[in-house]
Amino acid sequence: MKINFEHKQAAHCENGVTSSLLQYNGINKITEPLAFGIGSGLFFVNLPFLKINNGPAIAFRTMPGLIFKRTCNALDIPVIRKKFSSRESAEKALMEQLNAGQPVGCQVGVYYLTYFPKEYRFHFNAHNLIVFGKEGDDYLISDPIMETATTLTSYELERVRFAKGAFAPRGQIYYTRKGNNVTDAQIASAIKKGIKRNVVHMIKVPGSVIGIKSIANTGNKIKKWKDKLGDKTAGLYLAQLVRMQEEIGTGGGGFRYIYAAFLQEAHAFVPNDELLDISKSFTQSGDLWRTAAVQAAGIYKGRIGSQADYNQMGDYLLEISEIEKRAFQALSKIKWRNG
Amino acid sequence: MKKEEVPQDPGALGRVTREVCYATDKDGKYTKELSTGWDVKINALDLAWEDIAQRIENARQKVINNEASPVLFFMEKRLMDMTTIAAYTGFWKWQIKKHLKPAVFKKLSDKKLKRYADAFNVSVEDFIHLNVNED
Repeated sequence: MKINFEHKQAAHCENGVTSSLLQYNGINKITEPLAFGIGSGLFFVNLPFLKINNGPAIAFRTMPGLIFKRTCNALDIPVIRKKFSSRESAEKALMEQLNAGQPVGCQVGVYYLTYFPKEYRFHFNAHNLIVFGKEGDDYLISDPIMETATTLTSYELERVRFAKGAFAPRGQIYYTRKGNNVTDAQIASAIKKGIKRNVVHMIKVPGSVIGIKSIANTGNKIKKWKDKLGDKTAGLYLAQLVRMQEEIGTGGGGFRYIYAAFLQEAHAFVPNDELLDISKSFTQSGDLWRTAAVQAAGIYKGRIGSQADYNQMGDYLLEISEIEKRAFQALSKIKWRNG
Repeated sequence: MKKEEVPQDPGALGRVTREVCYATDKDGKYTKELSTGWDVKINALDLAWEDIAQRIENARQKVINNEASPVLFFMEKRLMDMTTIAAYTGFWKWQIKKHLKPAVFKKLSDKKLKRYADAFNVSVEDFIHLNVNED
């Protein structure tokens, strides 16, 4: 049994699943960047005192699950979401939807995700994929980060749906129902809402844990890493920062390029020319994040590593913080025109 | 990032799939491009794995020197933290901390050993003797 569903690749799994499920329901205009922007996906957080994989807990995007939720809410699309206590009921519910012709989003863990390269299989439980059929014992899988559709045996799928630990998926499935047709005016209003919420997250939250102040704060901390941690641990911390920033799903430059693409695409729905200019600021920020990554690699590869090199690394983040501050301030000042 | 600057370095992911990057064309308009990988982040991932290999080796030595139980070795080997291992075994974190001590570990019942072995995806025999079958 195979649903007539077209696999589409995306940079990030959650954007991709959102965009693909909506398209299946006839909502064709929500591309990956639009889903990301409407869902206020851009973020920066550096949680003090918490360590992930023995390194700093840094993220460049919003919490898993929120992009899908916010985007569907903003467009008034009904979402069905279920978790399960038993594996049998989880599989039964999945099959019921597939038999009814509904492709289903699944939250899964990647540690046992067999088609991933081993180097990428950590205990990360907030990956998303779409199941769109079953042939023999194989489930047909559309994983947005893969170039082509793939398969998992029923045992393999069950195992990743019931991965355990932080963000345990507990078999979670989700899908959208056909609602009313989404109009361009609705998309325009969703875009504005998404931008406003992102402005709040990035420049209006007090403290220095979240947003542009957190970027600057991280930059200042990095300058002290050489003395405080020593070159080896500092190198591992920088490598972790680079992985969070550039690994699968970010579209490059810690999601800043996807956000720049979002502002360009938003312009087609909301004709404020400022959007195009501000988009360039995010391109500039993404470029600088990548320049910082090259500097970081110099340090963790041992090519450079003087205090001046750490200072330079920290200064890049301070500069990025300024660029993003100005960009979000500009977004907050837009006088919205009606399309 | 401009379209022609999208890196195409060979890495672990590139063997399986190329990944989507967003980059600008000659008119400054964003397009989706495919990348096989980027040295900068490939090096970052390599470094993380070198660190993991080191941690596994340290854990192995500790078990051999009778300073830690096989639980520590497999925790590192399976990339688990306390939360993950507690979730897979059903033990409390404070129990696991005790089981890290060789003296306590030696007294564990077969049933409890089996819970660990299942969580680590090995047989009880292999678990006790630090044997790893790569899957």
